[in-house]
Amino acid sequence: MSTVISLSDIRRVFIMGDQQFEALKGVSFSIESGEFVAIMGASGSGKSTCMNILGCLDRPTSGDYLLDGLGVANMNQDQLAEIRNRKLGFVFQGFNLLARTPAVENVELPLVYAGRSSRERRARAMAALEQVGLQGKEYNHTSQLSGGQQQRVAIARALVNDPAVILADEPTGNLDSTTSDEIMNLFTSLNRQGITIIMVTHEADVAAYAGRRITFRDGRIIDDTRG
Amino acid sequence: MDFLQTFKIALRALRTNKMRSFLTMLGIIIGIAAVIAMMAVGSGASYVISQQIASIGSNIILVIPGSTTSGGLRMGSGGSQTLTSDDVRAVMAECPSVLRASGTTRSTSQVVYGNMNWSTIVMGAAPELFDIREWPVVSGRSIGQQDMEGGAKVCLLGQTVAENLFGGDDPVGKMVRIKKIPFTVIGVLERKGQSPQGTDQDDTVFVPLRTAQVKLSRSSFPNSIGAMIVQARSEQLLDKAEEEIKNLLNQRHRITAGKEPDFSTRNLSEILAVAEQSSKAMSLLLGAVASISLIVGGIGIMNIMLVSVTERTREIGIRMAIGARRNDILLQFMTEAVLLTLIGGLIGICLGAGGALIVSHILEWPTLISIESITIAFFFSGAVGIFFGFYPARKAAGLNPIDALRYE
Ligand SMILES: Nc1ncnc2c1ncn2[C@@H]1O[C@H](COP(=O)(O)OP(=O)(O)OP(=O)(O)O)[C@@H](O)[C@H]1O
Ligand SMILES: [Mg+2]
Repeated sequence: MSTVISLSDIRRVFIMGDQQFEALKGVSFSIESGEFVAIMGASGSGKSTCMNILGCLDRPTSGDYLLDGLGVANMNQDQLAEIRNRKLGFVFQGFNLLARTPAVENVELPLVYAGRSSRERRARAMAALEQVGLQGKEYNHTSQLSGGQQQRVAIARALVNDPAVILADEPTGNLDSTTSDEIMNLFTSLNRQGITIIMVTHEADVAAYAGRRITFRDGRIIDDTRG
Repeated sequence: MDFLQTFKIALRALRTNKMRSFLTMLGIIIGIAAVIAMMAVGSGASYVISQQIASIGSNIILVIPGSTTSGGLRMGSGGSQTLTSDDVRAVMAECPSVLRASGTTRSTSQVVYGNMNWSTIVMGAAPELFDIREWPVVSGRSIGQQDMEGGAKVCLLGQTVAENLFGGDDPVGKMVRIKKIPFTVIGVLERKGQSPQGTDQDDTVFVPLRTAQVKLSRSSFPNSIGAMIVQARSEQLLDKAEEEIKNLLNQRHRITAGKEPDFSTRNLSEILAVAEQSSKAMSLLLGAVASISLIVGGIGIMNIMLVSVTERTREIGIRMAIGARRNDILLQFMTEAVLLTLIGGLIGICLGAGGALIVSHILEWPTLISIESITIAFFFSGAVGIFFGFYPARKAAGLNPIDALRYE
């Protein structure tokens, strides 16, 4: 097993006018390829802030971040965009799909920015949709799909570019418990196929699906348990 | 990301809001249509003017009796009878830059054929005049030297006169009466159309100059002429010819330095220059109107694009999160803006061209829709899109992905 993510002493300070707020106060952990990690903690403890840094959407104020062996802490916006495109897949609480766009085109989007040919895009998007169990819904517009189905489209979109890690910030936050279980079962089966997943959640039963739980409090890790 | 994809995304975005896209384009459509239509009508007008000027003949100098400078109690130009046929002969013989010259007389008279009659202009002219003015006959023959010398009672009819006196019949060989004197029609002239002053040049009867002087004029100076029309050997020699004529006539009329000459010359290239200048002023005006309407249209585009960027903040965030670079976003919104203005421009070109055709049909006014003006309009509308689309597109590309994703 190789190390996919390695954070060491990550700090994130938000500056609002003359006020400062340190949302992450020296966070260090590493994640091996093939792990399924749940990040937990009270509201405001810094989970999303940490996920944004992991997702290369934000940069730490200080500290080192190695993603798949690459030091990304000092990359510029365009380099980060490329890293997000090639190494990461995102699943959001609010799905964040393009409205009035067929499911398959949503899934193709990362490949569009990767510059893949339209034929390759279509083939891989169809395969990803099949992987999440959405055969037959490929050409439905996202607004015609249920919440659970929309989240599956989002997961297919996260999968389609073979990322090193899938990052999910409260993926079941907008779903009922039955649908949550379906999505978690999907995550589990994807993880069994070798995909690394990091997921933020508030709910203990959702976190129970993960093989490792990291708990935050006030910008620090207070617990990290496996099994 | 390849351009085709960017293009498709932009097209879809425009299609999602069809009505809004159309209303946004309207400014550009109207601006471009106005420009195309006005350019078409304007160049139609200058075509007509240049045709009329060409109808006078090329490299022409007009010499008329009297002075154009109104000094003291002098009569207006053409008021005195100082130019004679001898002056014409002298100009032809002694001015090397002159190719041809003809004296002319001019009077208004009733022309009668059978029980038909028509009031028209009767001009006396030497055979050279028809070469100078490049004015051939369509039937019969033109006035020749022997008609001149003999003072023959023959005449040429302009198209308007022929139609009014003879209807559909062939006038050649028929007899008409001018001031009760019978004249034989020897030919009918080609249609010439309007002069730059707007008079019908075909409403004229020509008789040999000598005949006009001797038989039709009641003047006590039968040798005098109303005007002299001179053709220079070339355009380059036009000014030189004018100078030679002035010097010769000054000498012949004993005009010493300081005295005002009893004739004046007019160079037709001056008239051309004036026409050119007014068409330049016209296109300057058109350019101003075009710029203003396109700026107004462009501001409309910028306004709507800014609204669109705000509305689609979350979409921009999604695209950025999954790998769109700043340039991809910039290009996407620029493409949208340029597509808006180009489509608007194309519609405007069609409407403008259609409008110009309708105007030319209804007003019977020629319009010229040049490829040039269409190309300029097309690229100009594209440029408006680039210029006014840049700021909104840069705003979109500058968004922070986290904030954009969180935007409600
Ligand atoms: N852009 C920002 N500017 C200022 N403060 C911020 C910003 N983003 C986050 N914070 C602050 O950082 C702290 C951590 O926020 P974060 O979103 O990471 O919490 P969280 O653990 O994800 O909470 P939740 O479970 O409610 O989503 C909060 O106190 C928040 O107010
Ligand atoms: Mg959060």
